[in-house]
Amino acid sequence: MKRLAQLQEYLRFALDSLRTNKVRSALTTLGIFLGVTAIIVIFTAIQSINRYVEGEFSGIGSTTLYLSKFPWVITGNYWELRNRPEVTLDEYKKLKKMVHLARWMSPQLEAVRTIQYHNKYLEQVLTLGCNEQYVYTGNAETSLGRFFTEMEVYRAHPVAVIGQTVREELFGRENPLGKRIKINGHSHRVIGVLKKMGNFFGFNMDNRVIIPYTTFRGISFHRRGITVAFRVEDAAQLDDLREEIRGAMRRIRKIPPGKPDNFAINQQSMLTDFYRKLTGTSYLIVFIIAAVSLVVGGIGIMNIMLVSVTERTREIGIRKAVGATRNQILLQFLSESVAISSLGGILGVVVGVLLAQVLLQAIKLSAAVSPATILIGFGFSTLVGIVSGIYPAGKAARLNPIDALRYE
Amino acid sequence: MNDVIIKTEKLHKVYILGKTRVHALRGIDLQVNRGDYVAIMGPSGSGKSTLMNILGCLDVPTAGRYWLNGKDVSGLSDDELARIRNKEIGFVFQTFNLLPRMSALHNVELPLIYNGTPASRRREIAMEALEQVGLADRAHHKPNELSGGQRQRVAIARALVNHPAMILADEPTGNLDSKTGAEIMNIFDGLNERGNTIILVTHEDFIARHARRIIHLRDGKIESEEIPQQVMEP
Repeated sequence: MKRLAQLQEYLRFALDSLRTNKVRSALTTLGIFLGVTAIIVIFTAIQSINRYVEGEFSGIGSTTLYLSKFPWVITGNYWELRNRPEVTLDEYKKLKKMVHLARWMSPQLEAVRTIQYHNKYLEQVLTLGCNEQYVYTGNAETSLGRFFTEMEVYRAHPVAVIGQTVREELFGRENPLGKRIKINGHSHRVIGVLKKMGNFFGFNMDNRVIIPYTTFRGISFHRRGITVAFRVEDAAQLDDLREEIRGAMRRIRKIPPGKPDNFAINQQSMLTDFYRKLTGTSYLIVFIIAAVSLVVGGIGIMNIMLVSVTERTREIGIRKAVGATRNQILLQFLSESVAISSLGGILGVVVGVLLAQVLLQAIKLSAAVSPATILIGFGFSTLVGIVSGIYPAGKAARLNPIDALRYE
Repeated sequence: MNDVIIKTEKLHKVYILGKTRVHALRGIDLQVNRGDYVAIMGPSGSGKSTLMNILGCLDVPTAGRYWLNGKDVSGLSDDELARIRNKEIGFVFQTFNLLPRMSALHNVELPLIYNGTPASRRREIAMEALEQVGLADRAHHKPNELSGGQRQRVAIARALVNHPAMILADEPTGNLDSKTGAEIMNIFDGLNERGNTIILVTHEDFIARHARRIIHLRDGKIESEEIPQQVMEP
C-alpha cells in the first residue's frame, strides 16, 4: 500500500516534469509513438489478412482429401513432379472399389468453356465433371432444382447444375430449370442452381457449371489429369483414409516398395500450414523493423533523460538532503522515462488501431485488433522506457548529495 | 528521549584531491544537548562546511565517531544516512533550495513523501508547518512568486515538518537583506524557545549572537567556545 502510494507520487513528479518540458517530451516520445503505431498497424493487418485467408481455406473443407498429380505446396523438384503420370478416370474407377474409408468420393474433371443459351454466350466458365457425391465432397448444395443422381451419372445424361453467376448472366429473371444450354456445342438440360458460394481468393466460385463426368468426354478433347476428392465425416479418420488411398494407388500403379509415391494426396491443412510458415517469416521481419524503431526511440529517451539528470542535479541534491534514498531517486527518474515512452505507446496504440481500421477498410477487410496486439504495443513501450531509463536514473541515484546541492 | 543530540569524538575528515591530502577536520569533539542553540563560526577553509556536512549526515567522517540522537551514524551507508536525514535533520540553506516547479505546500510535503506519509495526512502536517512560519496564506504559491524571506520561511517549514532532532541552518540569512534576515532569525529564536535544537553556521557575528553557544573553528579544529551576551535586536 505504502509502495503503491509512493509510486503514485513518482508518477506525479514524472507528469509534472513532462508538463514543464512539453515540446521536448513530445519529440522524445515520437520514436516510440511511430514504432508502436507501426507494430499495431502491421500486426493488425497481418492478423486480419490471416483471418481472411484462413476463412477462405476453410471453404476447401477440412475433412476432404484430394488425390492429384501435383501437391498443392511444391517443395521438391518441379521437373520430377511434372514427369509423374496423370491421375486418370480408370484409376478413379479402381480406387472406388479399393477405398472403403471414404464416406463420399467424386472425380473432378475440369475445363474452362464457353456456355451458350439461345443467343447469349458466357465465356470462361469453369466446367466441372463429377459424380453425384460431389454434393458432399465439393459442398455443392443447390438453392433451386436438384443435383444429378447416381443413375444420371451412370447413364451419362446430359444434365447440368449451374452457378449463380451463370444463371444471372444467361437467364436473368427467367427460370433456368429445364432449359437447355450448350457447353462446347453439347446440349445439357439445366436441373439445378447452386447456392451462392462467393469468392475464393478473388476467384468467382459461382461462375461454374457442373455436369456428370460421364458426359464430360464430349466437351474436352484432350485427356487431362483429374482430381479425386474423398471425404470422411470426422477429421480424425483423415490419416487412415490417406494411408488407404496411398496403399491403393501404389498397388494400382504397381510402385515397388522403397520407391516414392508418384501422386499427391492434398488436404486443407497443407495450405494453412504453408501459409502460416510464410506469414511467420513476415511476422519476424515486422518484429525486427519495429524493434529497430523502438531501440532508436529508446536511445532518444536515454539521451533526454541524461540531459534531464544533469539539468536537475540540484533538484536531486535537495531531494537527497530531505531524505530521498537511492531507490527513491531511481524510481522517480525511471517513472519519468516510462511515462515518456508509455505516452508514446498509448498514442501509438490509439493511432495504430484507427489507422489499421482505415487501411483495412480500404482493401475491404474487417480489422481484427486483438488484445494481444495492444498489450504488445503497451508492453514494448514500457519495456523501452525501463531499459532506456535505468542508466540515467541510476546515475541520478548515485549522485553525491553535497556535490549535487552545490551544482549550479 | 535522549538529552544529548550530538556527540562527536575526534572527528577527522581528509579529502584527497589528486595527489594532495586536504585535512579538513582534525579531531572535533563536540556535544550538543536537546534544546541547544549553537552557532558555528569560522573563516573560509576552517572546515565549517565539512563539519556541517558531517553533522547533517550528508557526508561521513574519515575517522572518529558521531552519535546523533544516541545513534552511531559514523559508518552508515548512503541509504541509511538518507533515512537519518529525513527523520532527524531539518536543513535550511543559504540559497533556500526549494524545488521551483512545486508550490510552497508541496515543497514542505517533500520530506513526508520520502517517509511514506499518506497524502491526506501529509497535506495537513505541511499546512501546520507553514502556519508555524506564518505562510499559510501563501501555501499554493510557487517559490518564484515569493520573496526571499518568504522562500526561506518555506524552507524552514520544510525543515520542521518531520519534527527533526535538530535544525541545521547554513548561512540562512546570507541571501537576504538585513531586515528580512532579522525576521528569519526571529523565527529561529522562536523555534528554539519552543524547544527545537538549532545549529547555525554563519560567518556574521551579529547572526551568531542569536545563539546561546558560539563555537569558533580554525584549521579544522575547535579554537574556542563562547557564551554570547544577551542579544541586542539590530
